[in-house]
Amino acid sequence: MLIIENLHVEIEGKEILHDINLHIGEGETHVLMGPNGSGKTTLLRTIMGFSGNKVTKGSIIFKGRDVTDLPLHERSRYGMGIMFQRPPTISGLKLGKLLAATSGNNPGAIAILAERLGMTDFLDRDINANFSGGEIKRSEVLQLMVQQPDFVMLDEPESGVDLENISIIGAEIAKLVEKDRHIINRHKSGLIITHTGYILNYLEADAGHMLCEGEIRCHGNPREILKVIKDKGYRECIECQKIEKS
Amino acid sequence: MPEDREKLKSVSSEDQKRIELSGVEVDSDNRCGTFFQEDQNIVTSHCQYEGIEMLPIDIALKKYDWLKDYYWNLVPRDKDEYTRYVAEQEPRGFVVIAKSGSKNIFPLQTCLFMHKSEIQTVHNIIIAEEGAELHLITGCVSSMDVKKGTHYGVTEIYVGKGALVSNTMIHTWGENIDVFPRSASRVEEDGVFLSNYVSMKPVHNVQMYPVAELTGKNSVARFNSVVVVHPGSNLDLGQYAVMSGEGSSAELLSRLITKGGTGISRSHVIGAGEGTKGHIECKGLILEDGIIHAIPEIEGRLTNTELSHEAAVGRIARDEIEYLMSRGLDEEEATATIIRGFLDVKIVGLPASLQKQIDSAIDAVESGF
Repeated sequence: MLIIENLHVEIEGKEILHDINLHIGEGETHVLMGPNGSGKTTLLRTIMGFSGNKVTKGSIIFKGRDVTDLPLHERSRYGMGIMFQRPPTISGLKLGKLLAATSGNNPGAIAILAERLGMTDFLDRDINANFSGGEIKRSEVLQLMVQQPDFVMLDEPESGVDLENISIIGAEIAKLVEKDRHIINRHKSGLIITHTGYILNYLEADAGHMLCEGEIRCHGNPREILKVIKDKGYRECIECQKIEKS
Repeated sequence: MPEDREKLKSVSSEDQKRIELSGVEVDSDNRCGTFFQEDQNIVTSHCQYEGIEMLPIDIALKKYDWLKDYYWNLVPRDKDEYTRYVAEQEPRGFVVIAKSGSKNIFPLQTCLFMHKSEIQTVHNIIIAEEGAELHLITGCVSSMDVKKGTHYGVTEIYVGKGALVSNTMIHTWGENIDVFPRSASRVEEDGVFLSNYVSMKPVHNVQMYPVAELTGKNSVARFNSVVVVHPGSNLDLGQYAVMSGEGSSAELLSRLITKGGTGISRSHVIGAGEGTKGHIECKGLILEDGIIHAIPEIEGRLTNTELSHEAAVGRIARDEIEYLMSRGLDEEEATATIIRGFLDVKIVGLPASLQKQIDSAIDAVESGF
């Protein structure tokens, strides 16, 4: 589904990501962990094609196509989707109107999905205007459910969300990456940034990656990586890498 | 009415489209009456709705002696050179009287159409008696044939006790037309005045600063302006509300987009009565180099008043465009969607048909961005 090789990314002339290599197969969901400022969001934004993240070296291959230089909207149309951590408010633009524009005119599906996510009353509200933390996440998930991307990136889906909302959001995200299907019938993939790992209570991830100081320091079982972070903190990972390098 | 269509047969189909774009539906059942002034000539003036009377002003002044007390009352005759000029002319324009308790579901439409003359003057008086609910839509239009011209308009609006008046004005002028509306309203106890202004087409100059005097207890005024400023256009717009009635409130909202011209948005709200509340919101988008000058003024005259304002001018935020692009819209679609949202003003208390009219006037230019 996604192959990232030797990826180097600059923001305003400063290299933020160094030599990133990441392979996510069809039907796989991976999690991305790492301390604040390590470059996790930058990696997601670069994969999606947001401006300001300049790829100086390396490539992003998505569904067999090199998308490194493809414009943002074309990546979206080709099957990528992203959940924002802090999406902008767009005054005057109703959530329902945006959903209608991205749904391929299937308003019935919108109504059903909105109801499932408790967002029916929000369809006629300006996107993200005065939404609570949980409402923003539900709105983001709703947009992705309507969009149905093949590969979905989620930037801290559990942050700022209460327990009731996390269970709604977690269940829907599991559906987005087809965790409700048998493993051989899963075709959708995901990459999820998480600090707490709460999201893993709702879906099993196939692999975890630790990003520190703009480099992927280790790959492995996501729960094991989380346990190391919880027990020993990120410092252990940073030190570990230094030892490896020396 | 079909006979209105007959009377307007000399109007070209292109001009008829411009008239319709300004919310005037010549033979529609969705209107409770029509006043049509072509240059200085009153083409038609009728209202079939019981309790609402509409007359050309010269006839109304002869018919009702008491009307003189409402004539040049809220707008002083010698306010400026433009009002003085209007006062010197034979009175043209309309008078609407909504009797106590009347309510029109379908709006009354008035059209001020500059067809061949270079100058048009109008003087309108709108009176809503106690408890009346009156909705008006005014289309101000110039013909494609008018290469140069000036429109002077005086409007005096009286909102009685517990009455509601909504006045929606849609401008469709030409690139060389100068427009000087002078309007003022007075709102009595529990009265509500809604003033909506939409201008999407090029015009040379517009200069106006409508006034609302909220003298009645708990009276309300809401101004909404939605304006696109084209290259070569100079719109100096304003909204002025004096809240002297106890518990009165005012909201002055404007949305301006410049595509290269100059748009000035002046707003001034004065809290002069106990328990008054006023809010100004002015947002400007600069799509192409032009000027948007927002001047919000809030003036409190006693302790028990609450006044606030917010004003923002700038370009469309990149993160908003990219947010929509990440959902599959291309840059052009994303930009147009944001602009349409920016101009989207939902007006509380406005009948659905009028809101739809405002929406269609805005939609008509959406593709132009």
